[in-house]
Amino acid sequence: MPSSFEVTIRPHRGWQPIDLREIWLYRELLAFLVWRDIKIRYRQTLLGALWAVLQPLIAMLIFTFIFNRLAGVKSDGPPYPLFALAGLAPWTFFSTAVSQSSNSLVSNQQLVSKIYFPRVFIPLGSVGALLLDLGLSLILLALLMVHYHWPVSLNLLWLPVFIVAAVLAASGVGLTLSAFNVSFRDVKYAVPFLIQMGIFVTPVIYPIRYIPGHWKILMGLNPMTGVVLGFRYAILGSPSPWPVMGLSLAVSVVLFISGLLIFRRMERRFADII
Amino acid sequence: MPPIIDVNHLSKEYELGRSINRENLRELVMRNLNPSEWGKTPEKKSKQSRKFWALDDVSFEVARGDVVGILGRNGAGKSTLLKVISKVTDPTKGSITLRGRLGSLLEIGTGFHPELTGRENVYLNGAILGMTKSEIDGCFDAIVDFSEIGRFLDIPVKRYSSGMYLRLAFAVAAHLNTEILIADEVLAVGDIAFQRKCLRKMSEVARQGRTVLFVSHNMAAVADLCSRGIVLDAGKLTFDGSAKEAIHLYIGMMFQKHGTPNHLIDLRGALDRRSPQGKFLQAIELYTGHDEPLVQGLFVGGRLKVRVHFNLPFATSVFDVGLGFNNTVGQRVFTAHTLFEQDRDPSLVSGPQVMVCEIPSLTLVPGDYVLRVWLDVGNTEADLIDSAARITVLESDFYGSGMLRSDGMFVLDQRWSLGS
Repeated sequence: MPSSFEVTIRPHRGWQPIDLREIWLYRELLAFLVWRDIKIRYRQTLLGALWAVLQPLIAMLIFTFIFNRLAGVKSDGPPYPLFALAGLAPWTFFSTAVSQSSNSLVSNQQLVSKIYFPRVFIPLGSVGALLLDLGLSLILLALLMVHYHWPVSLNLLWLPVFIVAAVLAASGVGLTLSAFNVSFRDVKYAVPFLIQMGIFVTPVIYPIRYIPGHWKILMGLNPMTGVVLGFRYAILGSPSPWPVMGLSLAVSVVLFISGLLIFRRMERRFADII
Repeated sequence: MPPIIDVNHLSKEYELGRSINRENLRELVMRNLNPSEWGKTPEKKSKQSRKFWALDDVSFEVARGDVVGILGRNGAGKSTLLKVISKVTDPTKGSITLRGRLGSLLEIGTGFHPELTGRENVYLNGAILGMTKSEIDGCFDAIVDFSEIGRFLDIPVKRYSSGMYLRLAFAVAAHLNTEILIADEVLAVGDIAFQRKCLRKMSEVARQGRTVLFVSHNMAAVADLCSRGIVLDAGKLTFDGSAKEAIHLYIGMMFQKHGTPNHLIDLRGALDRRSPQGKFLQAIELYTGHDEPLVQGLFVGGRLKVRVHFNLPFATSVFDVGLGFNNTVGQRVFTAHTLFEQDRDPSLVSGPQVMVCEIPSLTLVPGDYVLRVWLDVGNTEADLIDSAARITVLESDFYGSGMLRSDGMFVLDQRWSLGS
């Protein structure tokens, strides 16, 4: 089967564009990697996919008790448990996605050093697999809303935009950190710490109105601020400051593109140093 | 028609001791915080950073349908070449043009996940090797048949024996249907029967007119599969021609490396030895034809004479010498032993001795054989050397038929006629 297929392999230097044709050729592999991650994540566990729901659920219960009951933190309208879960769902997705994707290249060393395919698929696959968990925690949120008789508005149509923003933010950070992790295993130690800190600079526990005026826009530099606010806006109809959300969305896009570029630039050395 | 693979002045540089000399995270950050440093390449911290060229200006072309064996010692650059061709790592200089879809088997079972079942791994591994789901669906039954996994298909591969695991992994790889296939030592798996099956599959692939680049230390496999051979030495291409000549050159290099460029092999410093009674074995000499020193190899059916030198520290008449011929997959194909000699001299001897073994016609098929030598004294093992020498049997027209083909392990005299 002769074909007109022709590729030339030569040294790459500097910034590389994304090879979209190649990504298209290998598209099924991305689906397979996502499927693999989903399949193996809860293998040989007692509770299986329940873990995806238990994590945000228990965090929500603890947060409600400590921050709402004890510390007196108020929500921005809906009952605090709904408020907390609507923030925790995307935050759990983001933090798990970042920690898994940043480790993905190193934990798939054999794939990196023995065979070629678009390697962006490795961290992207880790992020993609977690969308299932996000979906499950959104179902939990829906059940909780039914319980609290909290209505849904047409704002819900915005939800896909913020899910995409969450994926872009997690992928952007994941791509960058996974690439650095190949040379500098410092990443492995830094990531859990960064994630732990991250929840405090993201309005997950508290509403954004707690942040004084001009500091709000600074919060917008955190891509997850927009995602968390957006989830609450779309699902619970919370009032949300569009300038902050808009800035956050823009930061997500920038992070994703820069993540891809950094990854591509460092990719050519992966097999040699991993 | 342009060549399907076109390698042009390809070079690949690696840095040794990188972990010491490489920039660390702090330095990287500091350098990038300083705008005057932007766009510059980092200074080398140490002049000791040793670089070496794993590939040094290598150029060759491969025509559609060629089956090329790539030979060379460990570290000659064979695997690096395959890695660059399969895009796993970037070249430092030069380029490669590929005019066909490439499948690479640098290691079988890449991406197999222990927690997934055999069935799931077939799909995952297939996708990683570049197959589409419909392609895998199409040959799924053939893969399962070939692997002989049968009823274990739906249990996690972590419960497989290593043999089953390798069989399944090879089966997926063997059904990769690309125009170019590059393979590194994939044949060194499983038991003898399965290795044979793998070899058969490989020659089937080769006969389908697909282009194959093949790295192996199994010379018999290279001789059998490849029409062309390329020899690499220290990153440089030193030979490009027929597989047969390439093999001879490579064997020659191997002997040079072992410091035995001739037919006389000093055994006193041999490492792979077992000496319950002492290091009695001293040397062996190899001859062929009319007592010509055996250097390059002997032809199928040729005469082999082995002279084994050893010391007997005390006077005895009860001692025996054995010679074992192992093929490159480690299988004993023939044993010669003084016990089989009816006219042994029964006198008591001591001190330096030479035992001479003559094999008028060595009818082993072409390939490399590793010679094991041992000495028994008083009916118990005294001294044994596992790979005392390597003997290459070269193709020849043993049957006088004009055909060189020889499957199996032996050539034997035979007569055929139409019976009534």
